[in-house]
Amino acid sequence: MKLARDTWLIFQRQLHLLLRNPVWVFVGVFQPVMYLLLFAPLLKPALNAPTQAEAYKIFVPGLLVLLAIFGGLFQGFGLIAELRAGVIERSRVTPVSRLALLLGRSLRDVVSLLVQAVIITLLALLFDLRVFIGDLLLAYLMLALIALMTSAVSYGVALKVKSEDALAPLMNTVAQPVLLLSGILLPLAFAPGWLQGIARWNPFSWAVDGTRALFAGDISNDRVWQGLTIIAVLAAAGVYWAARQFARSVR
Amino acid sequence: MMADGGHERGEVMIETRGLRKSFRSRAGRETKTVDAVRGVDLDVAAGEIFGFLGPNGAGKTTTLRMLATLIEPDGGQATIAGADLRKDPGEVRRRIGYVAQGGSTWDESTAREELVLQARLYGISKTEAQRRATRALAAFQLTEFADRKCKTYSGGQRRRVEIALGIIHEPKIVFLDEPTTGLDPQSRAHMWDEIRRLRADGMTVFITTHYLDEADALCDRIAIMDHGEVVAEGTPTDLKREISGDVVQVGLDVATTGEAEKLLAAEEYVSRLETLEEGGLRLFVDEGATAIPRILRRVDGAGLELRSIELHRPSLDDVFLTKTGRSLRES
Repeated sequence: MKLARDTWLIFQRQLHLLLRNPVWVFVGVFQPVMYLLLFAPLLKPALNAPTQAEAYKIFVPGLLVLLAIFGGLFQGFGLIAELRAGVIERSRVTPVSRLALLLGRSLRDVVSLLVQAVIITLLALLFDLRVFIGDLLLAYLMLALIALMTSAVSYGVALKVKSEDALAPLMNTVAQPVLLLSGILLPLAFAPGWLQGIARWNPFSWAVDGTRALFAGDISNDRVWQGLTIIAVLAAAGVYWAARQFARSVR
Repeated sequence: MMADGGHERGEVMIETRGLRKSFRSRAGRETKTVDAVRGVDLDVAAGEIFGFLGPNGAGKTTTLRMLATLIEPDGGQATIAGADLRKDPGEVRRRIGYVAQGGSTWDESTAREELVLQARLYGISKTEAQRRATRALAAFQLTEFADRKCKTYSGGQRRRVEIALGIIHEPKIVFLDEPTTGLDPQSRAHMWDEIRRLRADGMTVFITTHYLDEADALCDRIAIMDHGEVVAEGTPTDLKREISGDVVQVGLDVATTGEAEKLLAAEEYVSRLETLEEGGLRLFVDEGATAIPRILRRVDGAGLELRSIELHRPSLDDVFLTKTGRSLRES
């Protein structure tokens, strides 16, 4: 199938270029590990959790969603460099699938996020975090969908604005309220009613709740399927929109 | 229209009729529509090197990008290598190659990686793509640097990689947007040879340029574009012949140029004349050999001092001047 083949070609290239740059690999692993080692210890007293393991059950899923959102939203920068180098235009004169140009890149981002997620989970196991493998895989699915959506949106916006100077403030403006209103760092259970009310409109807050439920072993919690559904629909919409940007005239 | 390659007479590679494109640009609160291309008709035969000339902003690149399926025309028709541009851009993409002006290689990739990927994007199998990449690297004298990152290449080497990328799928036509801009004279001459080699391999080459000497030396036929329209089309020789006769250039002081202009404009053998900024005149005459003595007598008789007199055949610049009313150099 042409789409699958084209996507694989783009994915391979992007992954290859990522691995060739050891700085990115290092940063990608180092940052989350720092969060885990230097921020997480504050949580047991702050969250009033009975044990360190309980604190990690709340914090680790939030951290993973955070990485998925931010990792995705900032992928557009690389695309602007590719635009400038003429690589995108060179692809667009070939019969390659436009959807593949997007999916190959976004799937690379999903894979690199999942690698980060696995590293963090393994480290957290050392701190007595325990989670069932089935629940964990479902949580990873949630993370993959989030990363797919945010990276697709970032690529689409990058093709529209075509400049780092516009992309950076735009993405920060989006990311900040999303972060604060999703209960990523601290659960919104601590929040006053009005804040919880606003947060209900933030799809990521559903995703965070769902992921936390999975880490707590509470797979039957409604937030799990609700979060997955909301994010899946948004990811599909994001991919559709961004692929159209690849099909349209760029530069 | 006849190509000199081994192609059948009359085989048309590009045919456009009334191709149009306008852009909307916003300046402050006002939105205005700029007609970048206003109805272009082109006929390019198989096996030609076709040159597309014009000053910056004439609509060359917009036309080229339309033909390469990168932007959609607002109106008109085009058939490229037998495929309909408006109805089947996918098929056009399969049959053409395109080399952009600003480059198309990624700093961190090697030439070989770029070539293999590009071939595979056209649906070519992995082994065949690798074979073609190796062959292209040899043909463009890149084998030595094949596995080094593109950022280490010189301007000329990088341009060769880009041309190789444009033809890795063996298209029938390749579009080259200003392929020699920014190259040193030696790389430029080298590039001309590469382009001629493409034609020898049976490819039709469509290039844009703003070097008239390049168009003259390299192209079988040219079209001159100005303000979004084709103002002249033909072989360089025919276009130059169209400007009948010879050009006599006389050097004068700026102060006396005006007087000489009046004198010589009245002569019946001078069909047209232009004043030069630095002082002097360009006279279009039927026959230079007989005109020169008469010009000399006339100027001398009026007591004006002549600094120089030169006879030349009309150049493409003269064609350009006649067709567009300005010199390409000053535009």
